[in-house]
Amino acid sequence: MIVQRKELSWWERLYIPAIISGFRVTVRHFFKKKVTMQYPEERWVVPEGYRGAPYLVKDQDARTKCVSCQLCEFVCPPKAIKITPPGPKVNKSTGNVEKEPADFEINMLRCIFCGFCQEVCPEEAIFLQKDYSLTGESREEMIYHKDKLLELGGTHQDDIMKWAKKNQEAKAQGIA
Amino acid sequence: MAKQATEKSAPPVETITIKIDGKEVEVPKTMPDPITGKPVATTMIQACKIAGIEVPHYCYHPKLPVAGNCRMCLVEFGMPAMGRDRKPILNDDGTPQVRKMTLPYEPGTPRGAIACATPISPGMEIYPNSPATKQMRESVLESLLVNHPLDCPICDQAGECKLQEYSVEHGQAESKFAETKVHKPKQVDLGPRIMLDDERCILCSRCVRFSKDIADDDALGFVNRGSYNTLTTFPGKPFDNNYTLNTVDICPVGALTSKDFRFQMRVWFLKETKSVCTSCATGCNITIGSREEKIYRYEPRDNDAVNACWMCDEGRLNYKWIGRKDRLTAPKRNGREGITWKNAIDDLATRLSEFEPKTTAIIGSARQTTEELYLLKKLADHLDAITDAPARVGEADKLLVNADKNPNANGALVTGFCSGEPGSNLSKIATDIRSGKIKQLIVIGEDVTKHGISAKLLEKVELVLVSDILPNETTKKAKTLLPGSAHAEKRGTFINVKGRLQRFLKAVEAPGDARPESEFLAELLTIVSGESYPSNPEGLFNKMAAETKALADVKWADIGDLGVDVKI
Repeated sequence: MIVQRKELSWWERLYIPAIISGFRVTVRHFFKKKVTMQYPEERWVVPEGYRGAPYLVKDQDARTKCVSCQLCEFVCPPKAIKITPPGPKVNKSTGNVEKEPADFEINMLRCIFCGFCQEVCPEEAIFLQKDYSLTGESREEMIYHKDKLLELGGTHQDDIMKWAKKNQEAKAQGIA
Repeated sequence: MAKQATEKSAPPVETITIKIDGKEVEVPKTMPDPITGKPVATTMIQACKIAGIEVPHYCYHPKLPVAGNCRMCLVEFGMPAMGRDRKPILNDDGTPQVRKMTLPYEPGTPRGAIACATPISPGMEIYPNSPATKQMRESVLESLLVNHPLDCPICDQAGECKLQEYSVEHGQAESKFAETKVHKPKQVDLGPRIMLDDERCILCSRCVRFSKDIADDDALGFVNRGSYNTLTTFPGKPFDNNYTLNTVDICPVGALTSKDFRFQMRVWFLKETKSVCTSCATGCNITIGSREEKIYRYEPRDNDAVNACWMCDEGRLNYKWIGRKDRLTAPKRNGREGITWKNAIDDLATRLSEFEPKTTAIIGSARQTTEELYLLKKLADHLDAITDAPARVGEADKLLVNADKNPNANGALVTGFCSGEPGSNLSKIATDIRSGKIKQLIVIGEDVTKHGISAKLLEKVELVLVSDILPNETTKKAKTLLPGSAHAEKRGTFINVKGRLQRFLKAVEAPGDARPESEFLAELLTIVSGESYPSNPEGLFNKMAAETKALADVKWADIGDLGVDVKI
């Protein structure tokens, strides 16, 4: 296709009016509200439902909610999650939940923040939170382990508390 | 495949024609009882299986006596209608009229029968996919789930749980049960290898029947009634026979769990590799479950000619050495690393060509594959060497365990590596070393210091080549040490005590630079003898079979997953 070049008029060939109108736009923006932010001191407030980095959470009784079912590890498209199961040794501290991961790693360099882990989790133990800017000085540092993930994840108000409820029921029936 | 499986020429069994799902099927009138082997009437579930239709079931197991307590296999069925004169009522077109069974007191309601315990009869019609059957299944599942804890996220069975599978396939999405579930203890120690989660048990009694009728240890039973019905052992008597872990396999839910596998890995991550157990000469067929080069469990694999679908606990748990940290991982010369495989093999070939005939002994192992023993035999022929492999004798039992703890003693016989009983030449080799007649020793896969050739005696010979998997007294003294592979890390064949040739496949990679023995032995032999030996197990097996009388017309491809019988 041949594009016909438009012949410029005398007024247009002067250039001065075009420069002036350009400056007018620039000057107008001096007095408008700023659209940029002083990152990293100022940060963008993410909207509700934003998918940031996935972190592990504890419930209001400070129990690690993850039970190491490894569904997130299975569903994770970039294989960013690696869970070390607890193994057969009976852990008295977990009570009727029996299982808690020995380690939980998320490679934040691999994570694509898709949210499948949160969606698949049967225990509501992992949530995509609002962090979008993760930095580190080495690859190892960007692999977040269980303790770090729990610290960043914080507490999730669990309305169901199914394990505590089961425990209560069992106790009421005389099962320790 | 003429040699496939054991073909017993049993007399032909009378057949019955019945209709399943509208299709006419001819099924044998009787089938062997799983315990006694005597012919008993064929049941509906067996007939459906022949017709290629699976009827969902929990308590039924093809290798166990029928219990009929789970009710999952309920199916709607019809029988030819009989007149008052006890003659079949015919339709207008002359075919016998079939009436669907209904409740006697409620003629509008279909009456199901449990397919596992109802014998078939001529003219019967089974409707395994009818709406009534589906409704029965839904109701049975609902009742089974009443007290089931639904703790799938922490249940080891999740992923291979029949309750999960059938709930998805035949169940309802929502529970109508609003009451509090009955809770039971969750960590009951039944024995050294078994942990019971009482809540999950659906009381199918497979484990009870297995222990009583197969393992001959009537250890398990149910106590209490109704919703409080509980599986237990006799007070003070642990469930500790050598076959307990089979109950974990046959448990359709996650009630019986293996203490070894418990909470180690979710089953859907495990890669399943067909293999053979190496703990004794029975050669039980197994499936190796591995993930990321780590073996997590052995499970028995169905093979009616060898182990049916069972295996002993001892064999099942004998896998941890494969992943040991101190595995040999690099070829060494005089105890030092830093040589390449090529250098090591070239040097060996040069060294072997300098040997005088009859001055070498080769000690192999009846734990090596048949192909490896064949290569060792060829090497021995070339060097005119004396050969043997140590015997390993243990205790046998009535079910599966054999007294011969070597998995491939018959392979050593068939290839000619052992001329008689394994171990019969060892004392002669020891004497010849002492007298100085034998100057060089090649040891593959054995610690000879444990088999009559002491560490002191080893000083008298040149230990030209030693290959092993784990370090031991013999590997310490090796001039050239080549790291070998465990059976799970290579492909090959074993011949079991009954002469069944079975093949196993590779589940995991060998650590470091370790290689399968058949590979480097074939390379070495190719240089030494000038004849070409394939280093892949298929080629090697076919070459060996062509040269070995007992394996005359077997090809690698003929062995299949279940193996073939060979004449020793």
